[in-house]
Amino acid sequence: MKEVATNYVPQNWYLLLSTFLFCVGIMGVLFRRNAIIIMMCIELMLNSVNLLLVAFSAYSGNSDGQVFVFFIMVVAAAEVAVGLALLVSIYRNVASTDINVLNKLKW
Amino acid sequence: MSQYLFFTLSILTIVSALYVVFSRNPMHSVLSLIFCFFTIAGHYVLLNAQFLAIVHIIVYAGAIMVLFLFTVMLLNLNKETEPHKTNWIKIAAVIAAGMLFLVLIASLKSTELGPFHLPYRSTIGFVQNIGIKLFTDYLLPFEVSSILFMSAMIGAVMLAKKEK
Repeated sequence: MKEVATNYVPQNWYLLLSTFLFCVGIMGVLFRRNAIIIMMCIELMLNSVNLLLVAFSAYSGNSDGQVFVFFIMVVAAAEVAVGLALLVSIYRNVASTDINVLNKLKW
Repeated sequence: MSQYLFFTLSILTIVSALYVVFSRNPMHSVLSLIFCFFTIAGHYVLLNAQFLAIVHIIVYAGAIMVLFLFTVMLLNLNKETEPHKTNWIKIAAVIAAGMLFLVLIASLKSTELGPFHLPYRSTIGFVQNIGIKLFTDYLLPFEVSSILFMSAMIGAVMLAKKEK
Protein backbone atom coordinates (compact mmCIF):
# COMPACT_ATOMS: atom_id res chain seq x y z
CA MET A 1 0.00 0.00 0.00
CA LYS A 2 2.81 2.35 0.89
CA GLU A 3 4.51 1.59 -2.41
CA VAL A 4 1.36 2.58 -4.30
CA ALA A 5 1.06 5.80 -2.32
CA THR A 6 4.53 7.01 -3.30
CA ASN A 7 4.32 5.74 -6.86
CA TYR A 8 1.16 7.46 -7.85
CA VAL A 9 0.87 10.95 -9.35
CA PRO A 10 -2.68 12.29 -8.91
CA GLN A 11 -4.50 13.37 -12.04
CA ASN A 12 -5.10 16.82 -10.52
CA TRP A 13 -1.41 17.65 -10.62
CA TYR A 14 -1.35 17.36 -14.39
CA LEU A 15 -4.42 19.61 -14.53
CA LEU A 16 -2.62 22.17 -12.38
CA LEU A 17 0.63 21.99 -14.36
CA SER A 18 -1.00 22.40 -17.75
CA THR A 19 -3.23 25.23 -16.49
CA PHE A 20 -0.11 27.02 -15.32
CA LEU A 21 1.72 26.43 -18.61
CA PHE A 22 -1.30 27.71 -20.54
CA CYS A 23 -1.36 30.89 -18.43
CA VAL A 24 2.37 31.40 -19.00
CA GLY A 25 1.68 31.18 -22.74
CA ILE A 26 -1.14 33.74 -22.48
CA MET A 27 1.14 36.01 -20.47
CA GLY A 28 3.86 35.73 -23.11
CA VAL A 29 1.45 36.72 -25.87
CA LEU A 30 0.40 39.81 -23.89
CA PHE A 31 3.91 40.59 -22.62
CA ARG A 32 6.18 40.55 -25.66
CA ARG A 33 6.28 42.66 -28.81
CA ASN A 34 8.42 40.39 -30.96
CA ALA A 35 6.14 38.37 -33.29
CA ILE A 36 8.48 35.34 -33.23
CA ILE A 37 8.33 35.13 -29.43
CA ILE A 38 4.54 35.43 -29.60
CA MET A 39 4.46 32.41 -31.93
CA MET A 40 6.68 30.52 -29.48
CA CYS A 41 4.22 31.28 -26.68
CA ILE A 42 1.40 29.93 -28.86
CA GLU A 43 3.44 26.72 -29.18
CA LEU A 44 3.71 26.65 -25.40
CA MET A 45 -0.08 26.86 -25.08
CA LEU A 46 -0.55 24.06 -27.63
CA ASN A 47 1.89 21.94 -25.65
CA SER A 48 0.08 22.47 -22.37
CA VAL A 49 -3.13 21.22 -24.00
CA ASN A 50 -1.23 18.25 -25.47
CA LEU A 51 0.12 17.34 -22.05
CA LEU A 52 -3.36 17.40 -20.55
CA LEU A 53 -4.77 15.26 -23.38
CA VAL A 54 -2.02 12.67 -22.91
CA ALA A 55 -2.54 12.65 -19.14
CA PHE A 56 -6.30 12.11 -19.43
CA SER A 57 -5.83 9.49 -22.12
CA ALA A 58 -3.29 7.58 -20.01
CA TYR A 59 -5.41 7.75 -16.87
CA SER A 60 -8.62 6.69 -18.63
CA GLY A 61 -6.95 3.78 -20.43
CA ASN A 62 -8.12 4.97 -23.85
CA SER A 63 -5.64 5.77 -26.61
CA ASP A 64 -7.90 8.12 -28.62
CA GLY A 65 -6.49 11.14 -26.79
CA GLN A 66 -2.95 10.27 -27.83
CA VAL A 67 -4.03 10.06 -31.48
CA PHE A 68 -5.56 13.54 -31.13
CA VAL A 69 -2.24 14.81 -29.76
CA PHE A 70 -0.54 13.37 -32.83
CA PHE A 71 -2.87 15.38 -35.09
CA ILE A 72 -2.39 18.53 -33.00
CA MET A 73 1.37 18.16 -33.55
CA VAL A 74 0.77 17.88 -37.32
CA VAL A 75 -1.30 21.06 -37.36
CA ALA A 76 1.23 22.89 -35.15
CA ALA A 77 4.09 22.00 -37.49
CA ALA A 78 2.13 23.23 -40.53
CA GLU A 79 1.17 26.42 -38.68
CA VAL A 80 4.75 27.19 -37.73
CA ALA A 81 6.04 26.63 -41.27
CA VAL A 82 3.49 29.03 -42.78
CA GLY A 83 3.74 31.56 -39.93
CA LEU A 84 7.51 31.82 -40.08
CA ALA A 85 7.42 32.16 -43.87
CA LEU A 86 4.97 35.04 -43.44
CA LEU A 87 7.22 36.66 -40.82
CA VAL A 88 10.28 36.38 -43.06
CA SER A 89 8.46 38.04 -45.94
CA ILE A 90 7.10 40.75 -43.60
CA TYR A 91 10.64 41.34 -42.32
CA ARG A 92 11.83 41.73 -45.90
CA ASN A 93 9.30 44.55 -46.40
CA VAL A 94 9.41 46.51 -43.15
CA ALA A 95 12.74 45.27 -41.63
CA SER A 96 11.11 44.51 -38.29
CA THR A 97 9.08 41.84 -36.51
CA ASP A 98 7.73 44.29 -33.94
CA ILE A 99 3.95 43.92 -33.72
CA ASN A 100 3.54 47.65 -33.05
CA VAL A 101 4.90 48.32 -36.56
CA LEU A 102 2.49 45.80 -38.10
CA ASN A 103 -0.67 47.73 -37.30
CA LYS A 104 -1.82 48.62 -40.80
CA LEU A 105 -4.88 46.38 -40.51
CA LYS A 106 -5.85 47.86 -37.19
CA TRP A 107 -9.08 49.80 -37.11
CA MET B 1 9.57 7.72 -6.99
CA SER B 2 7.36 8.93 -9.83
CA GLN B 3 6.12 11.76 -7.63
CA TYR B 4 9.68 13.03 -7.23
CA LEU B 5 10.21 12.68 -10.97
CA PHE B 6 6.99 14.58 -11.60
CA PHE B 7 8.05 17.40 -9.27
CA THR B 8 11.52 17.69 -10.78
CA LEU B 9 10.20 17.69 -14.33
CA SER B 10 7.43 20.15 -13.48
CA ILE B 11 9.78 22.62 -11.84
CA LEU B 12 12.14 22.44 -14.82
CA THR B 13 9.20 22.89 -17.21
CA ILE B 14 7.80 25.89 -15.35
CA VAL B 15 11.16 27.62 -14.93
CA SER B 16 12.10 27.21 -18.58
CA ALA B 17 8.60 28.33 -19.71
CA LEU B 18 8.89 31.46 -17.59
CA TYR B 19 12.38 32.10 -18.98
CA VAL B 20 10.93 31.98 -22.52
CA VAL B 21 8.67 34.89 -21.61
CA PHE B 22 11.02 36.97 -19.48
CA SER B 23 14.35 36.51 -21.28
CA ARG B 24 15.55 39.65 -23.07
CA ASN B 25 17.49 37.82 -25.75
CA PRO B 26 15.32 35.99 -28.36
CA MET B 27 18.05 33.36 -28.77
CA HIS B 28 17.84 32.45 -25.08
CA SER B 29 14.06 32.23 -25.40
CA VAL B 30 14.37 29.72 -28.24
CA LEU B 31 16.93 27.57 -26.38
CA SER B 32 14.86 27.63 -23.23
CA LEU B 33 11.75 26.59 -25.17
CA ILE B 34 13.69 23.62 -26.59
CA PHE B 35 14.57 22.61 -23.02
CA CYS B 36 10.93 23.04 -22.01
CA PHE B 37 9.87 20.68 -24.82
CA PHE B 38 12.39 18.07 -23.64
CA THR B 39 10.94 18.17 -20.14
CA ILE B 40 7.43 17.79 -21.57
CA ALA B 41 8.70 14.72 -23.44
CA GLY B 42 9.88 13.50 -20.03
CA HIS B 43 6.32 13.91 -18.77
CA TYR B 44 5.09 11.79 -21.67
CA VAL B 45 7.54 9.04 -20.76
CA LEU B 46 6.30 9.25 -17.16
CA LEU B 47 2.75 8.74 -18.48
CA ASN B 48 3.90 5.70 -20.48
CA ALA B 49 3.25 7.38 -23.83
CA GLN B 50 6.53 6.35 -25.48
CA PHE B 51 5.41 6.88 -29.06
CA LEU B 52 4.30 10.45 -28.39
CA ALA B 53 7.49 11.20 -26.43
CA ILE B 54 9.64 10.24 -29.43
CA VAL B 55 7.38 12.03 -31.92
CA HIS B 56 7.36 15.10 -29.68
CA ILE B 57 11.16 15.25 -29.60
CA ILE B 58 11.46 14.65 -33.35
CA VAL B 59 8.75 17.13 -34.37
CA TYR B 60 9.24 19.90 -31.81
CA ALA B 61 12.92 19.85 -30.89
CA GLY B 62 14.00 18.48 -34.28
CA ALA B 63 11.83 20.39 -36.73
CA ILE B 64 9.84 23.27 -35.26
CA MET B 65 12.49 24.71 -32.96
CA VAL B 66 15.21 24.39 -35.61
CA LEU B 67 12.94 26.45 -37.86
CA PHE B 68 12.54 29.06 -35.10
CA LEU B 69 16.28 29.07 -34.44
CA PHE B 70 17.09 29.57 -38.12
CA THR B 71 14.55 32.38 -38.41
CA VAL B 72 15.96 34.17 -35.37
CA MET B 73 19.47 33.82 -36.84
CA LEU B 74 18.35 34.84 -40.34
CA LEU B 75 16.63 37.99 -39.10
CA ASN B 76 19.63 38.65 -36.83
CA LEU B 77 17.51 39.37 -33.76
CA ASN B 78 19.43 40.07 -30.56
CA LYS B 79 19.19 41.87 -27.28
CA GLU B 80 19.73 45.31 -28.77
CA THR B 81 17.09 45.12 -31.49
CA GLU B 82 14.50 43.51 -29.22
CA PRO B 83 11.42 45.75 -28.85
CA HIS B 84 9.87 46.05 -25.39
CA LYS B 85 6.46 47.07 -24.20
CA THR B 86 6.05 49.77 -21.61
CA ASN B 87 6.12 48.72 -17.97
CA TRP B 88 2.41 49.42 -17.55
CA ILE B 89 1.50 46.93 -20.25
CA LYS B 90 3.90 44.36 -18.79
CA ILE B 91 2.33 44.67 -15.33
CA ALA B 92 -1.14 44.47 -16.87
CA ALA B 93 -0.13 41.32 -18.79
CA VAL B 94 1.17 39.61 -15.65
CA ILE B 95 -1.94 40.55 -13.68
CA ALA B 96 -4.28 39.42 -16.48
CA ALA B 97 -2.53 36.04 -16.78
CA GLY B 98 -2.54 35.65 -12.99
CA MET B 99 -6.27 36.37 -12.85
CA LEU B 100 -6.91 33.83 -15.61
CA PHE B 101 -4.90 31.24 -13.67
CA LEU B 102 -6.89 32.03 -10.52
CA VAL B 103 -10.23 31.71 -12.30
CA LEU B 104 -9.25 28.42 -13.95
CA ILE B 105 -7.99 26.98 -10.65
CA ALA B 106 -11.17 28.09 -8.89
CA SER B 107 -13.30 26.38 -11.51
CA LEU B 108 -11.15 23.22 -11.53
CA LYS B 109 -11.15 22.97 -7.74
CA SER B 110 -14.63 21.49 -7.59
CA THR B 111 -14.20 19.03 -10.48
CA GLU B 112 -14.75 15.38 -9.67
CA LEU B 113 -12.48 13.14 -11.70
CA GLY B 114 -13.96 9.73 -12.35
CA PRO B 115 -12.41 6.30 -11.80
CA PHE B 116 -9.02 5.88 -13.44
CA HIS B 117 -6.31 3.37 -14.30
CA LEU B 118 -2.77 3.92 -13.19
CA PRO B 119 -0.78 4.54 -16.38
CA TYR B 120 2.49 2.95 -15.26
CA ARG B 121 1.74 -0.58 -16.44
CA SER B 122 -0.59 0.19 -19.32
CA THR B 123 0.54 -0.37 -22.90
CA ILE B 124 -1.86 1.99 -24.68
CA GLY B 125 0.87 4.52 -25.47
CA PHE B 126 3.14 2.03 -27.19
CA VAL B 127 3.84 2.19 -30.92
CA GLN B 128 1.85 -0.96 -31.62
CA ASN B 129 -1.41 0.21 -30.07
CA ILE B 130 -1.22 3.77 -31.40
CA GLY B 131 -0.31 2.41 -34.83
CA ILE B 132 -3.30 0.07 -34.91
CA LYS B 133 -5.58 2.95 -33.87
CA LEU B 134 -4.04 5.31 -36.42
CA PHE B 135 -4.34 2.93 -39.37
CA THR B 136 -7.85 1.63 -38.63
CA ASP B 137 -10.08 4.16 -36.88
CA TYR B 138 -8.19 7.30 -37.86
CA LEU B 139 -7.02 6.37 -41.35
CA LEU B 140 -8.88 9.18 -43.15
CA PRO B 141 -7.64 12.01 -40.86
CA PHE B 142 -4.14 10.56 -41.17
CA GLU B 143 -4.26 10.79 -44.97
CA VAL B 144 -5.88 14.23 -44.89
CA SER B 145 -3.08 15.49 -42.64
CA SER B 146 -0.57 14.53 -45.33
CA ILE B 147 -2.45 16.79 -47.77
CA LEU B 148 -2.37 19.55 -45.12
CA PHE B 149 1.40 19.15 -44.82
CA MET B 150 1.80 19.26 -48.59
CA SER B 151 -0.17 22.49 -48.87
CA ALA B 152 1.66 24.02 -45.89
CA MET B 153 5.01 23.18 -47.49
CA ILE B 154 4.05 24.68 -50.85
CA GLY B 155 2.55 27.71 -49.12
CA ALA B 156 5.66 28.31 -47.03
CA VAL B 157 7.92 28.13 -50.09
CA MET B 158 5.64 30.45 -52.06
CA LEU B 159 5.44 32.99 -49.22
CA ALA B 160 9.15 33.06 -48.44
CA LYS B 161 10.20 33.23 -52.10
CA LYS B 162 11.63 36.53 -53.27
CA GLU B 163 9.31 38.45 -55.56
CA LYS B 164 10.69 39.06 -59.00
